[in-house]
Order: sequence, then C-alpha cells, then structure tokens
Amino acid sequence: MTTLKTFKRGGVHPAENKISANQPIVVLDPPKQAFIPLNQNLGAPAIPLIKKGDEVKVGQLIAKGEAFISSNVHSSVSGKVLKIDAVIDTSGYKKMAVVINVEGDEWEPSIDRSETIKRDFSFTQKEIIDKIKEMGIVGLGGATFPSHVKLMIPDGKKPEVLLINGVECEPYLTSDHQLMMSNGEEALIGTSILMKGLGVKKAYIGIENNKPDAISYLKELAEGFKGIKVVPLKVKYPQGGEKQLIKAVTGREVPSGKLPIEVGAVVNNVGTAFAVYQAIQKNKPLVERVVTVTGKSVAKPSNFLARIGTPISILIDNAGGVPEDTGKIISGGPMMGKALLSLETPVVKGTSGILIMNKQETHRVEMLPCIRCGRCVSVCPMGLEPILLSQLSRLQMWEDVEKQKVMDCIECGSCQYTCPSGRPLLDYIRVGKNKVGQIIRNRGKK
Amino acid sequence: MNDVIIFSIISLSAIGVVAAIVLYGVAQKFKVIEDPRIDVVEEALPAANCGGCGFAGCRNFAEAIVKAVSNEESIDDFNCPVGGSEVMTKVAEAVGLTVEEKEPLIAVVRCNGNRANAPKKINYDGPATCAFAHNLYSGESGCPNGCLGLGDCVVSCQFDAIFINPETGLPEVNEKCVACGACVKACPRNIIELRPKGKKDRRIYVCCVNEEKGGPAKKNCSVACIGCGKCVKVCPFDAITLENNLAYIDPEKCKLCRKCVPECPTGAIHELNFPPRKKPAEKKAEEKDPPVEAKDKTAATKPKNEENNEN
Repeated sequence: MTTLKTFKRGGVHPAENKISANQPIVVLDPPKQAFIPLNQNLGAPAIPLIKKGDEVKVGQLIAKGEAFISSNVHSSVSGKVLKIDAVIDTSGYKKMAVVINVEGDEWEPSIDRSETIKRDFSFTQKEIIDKIKEMGIVGLGGATFPSHVKLMIPDGKKPEVLLINGVECEPYLTSDHQLMMSNGEEALIGTSILMKGLGVKKAYIGIENNKPDAISYLKELAEGFKGIKVVPLKVKYPQGGEKQLIKAVTGREVPSGKLPIEVGAVVNNVGTAFAVYQAIQKNKPLVERVVTVTGKSVAKPSNFLARIGTPISILIDNAGGVPEDTGKIISGGPMMGKALLSLETPVVKGTSGILIMNKQETHRVEMLPCIRCGRCVSVCPMGLEPILLSQLSRLQMWEDVEKQKVMDCIECGSCQYTCPSGRPLLDYIRVGKNKVGQIIRNRGKK
Repeated sequence: MNDVIIFSIISLSAIGVVAAIVLYGVAQKFKVIEDPRIDVVEEALPAANCGGCGFAGCRNFAEAIVKAVSNEESIDDFNCPVGGSEVMTKVAEAVGLTVEEKEPLIAVVRCNGNRANAPKKINYDGPATCAFAHNLYSGESGCPNGCLGLGDCVVSCQFDAIFINPETGLPEVNEKCVACGACVKACPRNIIELRPKGKKDRRIYVCCVNEEKGGPAKKNCSVACIGCGKCVKVCPFDAITLENNLAYIDPEKCKLCRKCVPECPTGAIHELNFPPRKKPAEKKAEEKDPPVEAKDKTAATKPKNEENNEN
C-alpha cells in the first residue's frame, strides 16, 4: 500500500469523535421567526434592499453586497419583514440583521426545486462568476470568503489547479461528509463548473481517509468527470487549512503572507461546490446549509439541512435538547470553534456545526510554567514558535510579534492542544495577531 | 640605560601632544551645541519618565518645550500631568514664560456594572486581559460596552492609582492618580475618561458608556444609561448632550448643580464627594431661614453652607 499524502510540517491528531458520521441529513422546517444577518461573509456587510412590513419569498434578494469583498444575502424564508435591527451574534456583540416573521413557505418561481440532477451547462467563464456573485455564494468551510472574489484571478497570475476541500479535519463535525455522501454527484458537477469558471483543467478533491465510504463513493462518481481526481489523505489536523491542503495534495508551499494563487492553486470547500451547482443549474441562492449538531451528551447527534437564520436553539431541540451536564456550546468544531453566548444566535452561512461539550470536557486545566519542551513549535503547521509569540503578545511587544510572523498564524489551536502545561498559547497569539493586524491596517492608511 | 628612559618619555609625550591636538580639533569640528535651557527644564521635571505628557520621557518633553519656545510657538499643549501646575510654572520660568493654570484632571471609570447591577450570564475562563476578552465577546454580563473587569488599566498604571475592587469587580481610582492617561489608552472599551478633578473633588458624570437602546441596555445592567434624555431637559446650563442613546456631561459647562442626578431613572449619573442631600422638608425649612444665619455657622457645618450657595 502506498503511503497516503499529507502535509509535512507539524499537525496533531485529536480524538476524532465523529459521532454523527452515519446520520443522514435531516431537512428542518423553516423556523417561526428567522434572523438573517446582513454580514455573513468576510468583508463588508450587505446593504438592505427591503424595509419593515415588506413581503418576501424564499430566495428573494434582501441585501446587496456593494463593496468588492462583500456578498449578497437572500431571504431563506417567506413571510413579512418584522424589522431590521441589531441582533446578538456569536460574539455577543450586536450586528444588523433582518428579522422575518415566517408565513408559509413560498419560493421564488425562478428557482428549480426538482430533485433531478442537471449535468450539462453552457455558461461562459464570466457568466459563471456573475451568477455566483448574484447568488451570494461564500466559502462554506467556515471563513465565508465571497466565492466570486476567489474566482477573479489578479492580473499576471495563472491558476493551474482547483482543490476541493472535503477534508473536514475538525473533530466531531460531519456536515461535509454527509453532504458528499448524499449529494456527491451535484458537488462534482459544481466542481466542474468551478473549473470552467477558473479556466483550469485539473481538480483534486482531498478527503481524509477516516471517511472511506466518501472516498470510494466519490472515486466511483469522479470516473464520469474529466479532470477530477479524488485524493485520499492521511488523517491529520489542520489538513483542512487552505495552505496545508495545497501542501498535502500538490506538494507546493504557499510563501509567507501570500495567497494560494501564488502557487497556482485555488481552494474551495466541497459545500461551496454544491452551492455553486445549485446556483448555476437550479438558480437557487444560498439559503440553507448542512449543520452538524453533536456532542458526547447529545441525545440524537444529527446532521440538519437548516435555513440560514434559524435560531440555533431550534437545531438543538431537534437533536434532543440541551443536555444537563452542558459546559459549553460551540459554533464550529472543538479546535477552532467559538463558544456561543446565546442560543438565539442564528445559523449563518459559516455555521458548519454546533458542538455541545460537557462540563468535564470544557474544564480548563491549571496553567503551569512553560517547561521548554518545544512541542508547540514542533506541531505548528506554519512553522512558527507559538510560545515565543504568546509571550511577546503578553508583554505587548507588538513589533517583535510582527517580526515573528504572527500574521501567518492560522489559529488552528494545535499548540494549545498539545501544551503539557496547559498554557493558553493561542489565546495570547490571537491578541497579538489582532493588534498587529490593526497596526498594519493603520500603516496602510497613512 | 638612561637613554631608554629619556627616549620613552620623549616619545610618549610627543604622542600625547599630537593626540591632544587631534582630539581638540575633532571636538571643535563636531561640537553639538545643546540649548542649556533643556537641562534646566529637565531639572524642574519630576523625572518619572511616565510618558503621561505624550513624550517618551522627561528629557524628550524638555527638548520639545525648548524647541517650541525657540521657534516662538505656544506651549499651551504641553502639560506634565505628574508635576501639575507647580512643575509647569517652574518650567515656564526656566524658558522665560508665564503659565496659565489648568484645572487638574483625574481618571474617571464610567461603568457601574458591578456584580449586583449587571449579573454574570457567562463564565469566562480565558486569559485575564481585557484586550483579548474585548476581541472575543461582549462580556460576562452581556453588555457590549461595559467594564470587563480583567484589569488592563491596573497593569498600565505606573502610579498605583487604580485597582480592582474585589467586591464590585470594577476598577476604582484613588487620590494617587496623576491623570497621565495610561489607563485611558489601555482600556479597550474607552470606559475611562480624564475629567477635571473639580472643586473639593466634587464631580458629576454619567457612569455608563452603553450605546444600546434603553430596552437592551437595561436587560444587561440595571444602572445603564437608557438615553431617555431627562437629564438633558433638566440641565440649566446645556452641559448634557445625548448621542447614540448615551448622555454625556461636558465638564467645562457643568456647574455641579446636581439637578440631573435625581432625575435619572436608572441612577446612571453619579455625584462624588458631595454632602448628603437634605430631605425636602428640611430643605424648605432652611430656605426660610435667613442666609445670614447660615453663614454664622461653625466650620464643622461648612459643607452645608457650600451646598446652599451652589443651589
């Protein structure tokens, strides 16, 4: 047997805990009231087009992304707009959102809701990019970078290969896995659309080999598609990181501070590929996504297809309610996810999973002195020195933090996971990264 | 043998003379002429090197002052917060100017979201720095503008003037404060403000920086400013402005009349170091008394006097 590909530097292997792996996707009904945030992408928020009291249908454009890095927002439910107001988001701060009282489930007539799979498409490159922009597609891996911006290649650069991220390296999460199992063919058609949009001939789908069923299923399907190849990868966190995936699949290393296009690669999540298929072939904007609800104490760990704007409490109720010994509820996976402050926060385009951790799991160990073992340095996938960065950030030596390439940190949390002294390395690095980011932006203004 | 000694003495002396001439020449050529006033000004400064004036240290402050004076610019903006007016008068004398006295300032913490007023809803167990917590989330009480209570201001203070009260979980400023402004910069939420110390340390300020609407603000904290505007209406000096659902008292215009304090429905306006208010009945009785009598009272009851005059 040949050895499986993976990235070389660093990485950890946390317990996978993919409890909800074999749960098929359950379609959730629209909620009674939907909260649709105006800023669901990385970049500038969208400008609302509707006002209080308007009737909206599912798929109707309700806010337009005017800025370059911004994306459209569509209504995910039908009903009456109650208000456009500040609603609490995952961080506890309030962000503008459209609140819609749901009445019935009436879709825009232009959307094709049939189950039939349409394989052929005859759009030009520009039409594909425009359509993706119009339909509000963003990267569904979690970073929510607007997809059409990714397809607009800067002058002088030439994409050579498209990578589809089906790695799902975060423990617990299974939404991409289930999506590949149930909508594999659509995802592959989406991949070929993205290939056309980029003008590349080759695409690789990277999947970790803890999902053997998905690998064999997609391998079988990929035979019918020209240029698409499935690459099984060794299980290692954070393989789903853009730069790690490029390194694992193509062996190329993205230089520090540069984008993947520098080495001729563009990475998209498998969920994004599926959303692109729906946008191009079915004329359906991004109004719903697969969300995993899981945790060791959860009664029914499940994968839901939920409308954007559904309060998270509804998802948890459908998975059997909040268990008694809950310590933390996290949006995303255990490594990079963020603890939720309120269960009324809505599902957004970037919500890949809801993880309910029990009190024992969330207990922070006591912080002990650094024993200079160097484990954090050896596991850092970006080749940084986490202990140095965290100490410099703690001492507020921002210039040194910048020199030590804090901006390269992908915040994967491997260092903190591996630290035997329980030091909050990433927490401090985030402080430094945030501060240095501010300093760099201010420098740009002057 | 003697020859060797004589030869050594002569050659060494010769080298010494040549070196002296060269050194003198170089010293003349590369002479740095420094204004002697810089030393004098620096001498007058407290040498705390705290950076409160906005310069890296006392020496830089002195240099900047002398530079401004020699360029015939005004030195109005220069202020040593540590030394106060005393030091600034000395500095002005050193450069041959007179100094106008500015009112002394003090740091004021504008949040009263203590454990009773703004109960905890979330358990935070991350690193104990406000900067990080502010990036991460809105705070244990849910107030997006309130004090996080993790003490970045305490760490930043060079003068031991601010500390976290363990009972309330909020920072408190004591009389050691020199208004250097380090805590103002350290606070990620702009809760701390430098305000005039006021006569007899009497100050009135809005103890809240929450910019949410009344309902959501009150939900998280019972003493939040709800932006009702009652204080704006009652203020006879137009000192209070309402912006983004938050009242602000301009210390320049405020005459410390205290009319706004009882008007506030949530008790967000604080008065410091004032004598206790008289009950309405007592007040009426006093008003009937001739003011001459009040003046005759002894020193022990002086605060009452003051209040009478102010009202």
